[in-house]
Amino acid sequence: MMSEAAVEEAVGAKVDSQPPVKMQGRMVCVYYGDSQALYDVNLDIRKNQVTALIGPSGCGKSTFLRCLNRMNDTIDTCQVKGSITLDGGDIYDASVDVVELRARVGMVFQKPNPFPKSIYENIAYGPRIHGLARTKSEFDEIVETSLRKAGLFEEVKDRLTSPGTGLSGGQQQRLCIARAIAVSPEVILMDEPCSALDPIATAKVEELIDELRQNFTIVIVTHSMQQAARVSQRTAMFHLGNLVEEGDTDKMFTNPDDQRTQDYITGRFG
Amino acid sequence: MIAYLFLFLIIAATIAYFIASRRAVAIAGNDARGLHSRPIYHGLNALVYTAIPAFIFILLWLLFEGSVIDMLLMSAYPGADAMTGAERDLLLSEIRQVAVGNIFREPTPEITAAVERFHSLNATANLLLGAAVVIIALAGAGLAVTSVSKRFLARHSFERSVTIFMIFASTVAILTTLGIVASLLYEAYLFFERVPVTDFLFGIRWEPQIPLREDQIAGQGAFGAIPVFVGTILISFLAMAVAVPVGILSAIYLTEYASPRFRAVVKPMLEVLAGIPTVVYGFFAVLTVAPALRQAGISIGLDVAPNSAIAAGGVMGIMLIPFISSLSDDAFAAVPQAIRDGSLAVGATKGETIRKVLLPAALPGIVGGVLLALSRAIGETMIVVMAAGLIAKMTVNPLDSVTTVTVQIVTLLIGDSEFDNPKTLAAFALGLMLFIITLFLNLIALRIVRKYRESY
Repeated sequence: MMSEAAVEEAVGAKVDSQPPVKMQGRMVCVYYGDSQALYDVNLDIRKNQVTALIGPSGCGKSTFLRCLNRMNDTIDTCQVKGSITLDGGDIYDASVDVVELRARVGMVFQKPNPFPKSIYENIAYGPRIHGLARTKSEFDEIVETSLRKAGLFEEVKDRLTSPGTGLSGGQQQRLCIARAIAVSPEVILMDEPCSALDPIATAKVEELIDELRQNFTIVIVTHSMQQAARVSQRTAMFHLGNLVEEGDTDKMFTNPDDQRTQDYITGRFG
Repeated sequence: MIAYLFLFLIIAATIAYFIASRRAVAIAGNDARGLHSRPIYHGLNALVYTAIPAFIFILLWLLFEGSVIDMLLMSAYPGADAMTGAERDLLLSEIRQVAVGNIFREPTPEITAAVERFHSLNATANLLLGAAVVIIALAGAGLAVTSVSKRFLARHSFERSVTIFMIFASTVAILTTLGIVASLLYEAYLFFERVPVTDFLFGIRWEPQIPLREDQIAGQGAFGAIPVFVGTILISFLAMAVAVPVGILSAIYLTEYASPRFRAVVKPMLEVLAGIPTVVYGFFAVLTVAPALRQAGISIGLDVAPNSAIAAGGVMGIMLIPFISSLSDDAFAAVPQAIRDGSLAVGATKGETIRKVLLPAALPGIVGGVLLALSRAIGETMIVVMAAGLIAKMTVNPLDSVTTVTVQIVTLLIGDSEFDNPKTLAAFALGLMLFIITLFLNLIALRIVRKYRESY
């Protein structure tokens, strides 16, 4: 594992050529009850970039992702130490309202989880609870824009009132992405968003992720090395709760510093 | 006698089991694979063949023995042909009483002769039954044991027997229900022969009396069921008004907010509530709640009847809380965590998630629970017998005393009743109506619950 100083140095050396830091984790430790899941993770998420978190199962990458919008709060035994900032403000500070945080840091899950409501209501749900729109036409506009951004509008425009659960898996996942972007978050977290999808749907979602980068900062957990290489600009490699190494995706996949990254990417373990 | 036969069957079946399975082992020799069915199935098959046909024979015999002996007794009794059905029954019961030694008056010579005949018939019957059972059991055992061979499909044969038994088990409840419906329909038909259906369904006076003498004034009863059903609806409504909000809110608290430790303690306690006998709720209503309500009513100047609908309905509502809360609890628990996460991840609060996502998703399950509770409320008897009134008033005032369908059925059938007048038969008409209503509600509940299962 790299020492903290080494990370600072590595980050500092590149800071000029990189976009500004959107979210920053410093010395993040996570405990589930008595067992520790993450050890002193230091990681920067940069604005308008896709950051891929890779590593073998159980390495803590999803745990780290769920720290970024405090979804771990829903697990009673989970404890987070260290600091995570969003635009410089500590998101675990007592003054932070977790509801506001999640409106700014949205999330897409591994399995598509549309609400058992109509397609329209699935998208309008977030704007409605945050009061982002008042009139029917404002809602219509948000729904259409979000669906368009998620590349789903053309496929579902004639059946916005039919249930979201009736769509195919890939469409459901894009619906969930549309639902996440409908509340105009700044960061979107994606937890293996393509693991339940077939190759065609996966390609569509990946294409979408690349487009979304223009407006959003994206963190994606993936088990697919090709996917990480295709969609991300930065990659972070986790192993056994430690951040092994992070850096530009191109460098990580061609010339990683750490032997474990090399082994994992080439399929020797994991 | 019967006990000995059963003992014999058990022993014979056990012996047949061992003989057949040993034989199978012997036939198989060293090559266990050569046998189609494993020895235990040969044994079980022999056991079934030995015991079950003989057992069924005993049941059938017992079913018909009494009436056959009665018939033989009557055919030998001088002058029996001229008797009416009732006289025959009286005579038969006298013969049986004398036969077991309960002599109320000196028996006539004819009766003494009949009693002797009764004893000898019984002895013959027992002998015949014993012989037949032994023969059937041995024949079954012999058949099963001799058919043991390498290719004999003993497992198939045994499994077929088990299947037949399961079919029988699954139809018992259905057949019983059909029997109940048939008897209800028949008695209700007798009632509607005496009182027109329209009078019953649309009449607004319920005074279930019959004239004791021909010339009695005002003795003619009225059988309009509407006041009684209004009472049932009022009390059910009051009960649901208590049970639905409390049940659903407690389910929400237990699934979404409570700590696991609190839940582990409270949930079983709620379910204990479902185990309290309704008669206990009944005296709670009549001895504690009703006087308290009356006192409270007096202190604010309201006139509360001693048997108020609100006391009965309220306590019934408490009784129904566990039904609604445990079914709603299941419905909430069945909503996948992923959907909660999805809602939280767009920045919804816990309350918004519950109101806007969980409640609609769990609604079918909740409605199913509410409807099941409602049909319980409509059919509930003991609480209302104790705490509600007897007089059928047409009122929707919850502080007044009302009566319910079930209360009327109980009061109509209590005491000496003859089943040849509208007063008693009215109970069956009420029962039939109640059955139809609860059946209908249950059907709706089942449909909703089934639909709900498909949605995830």
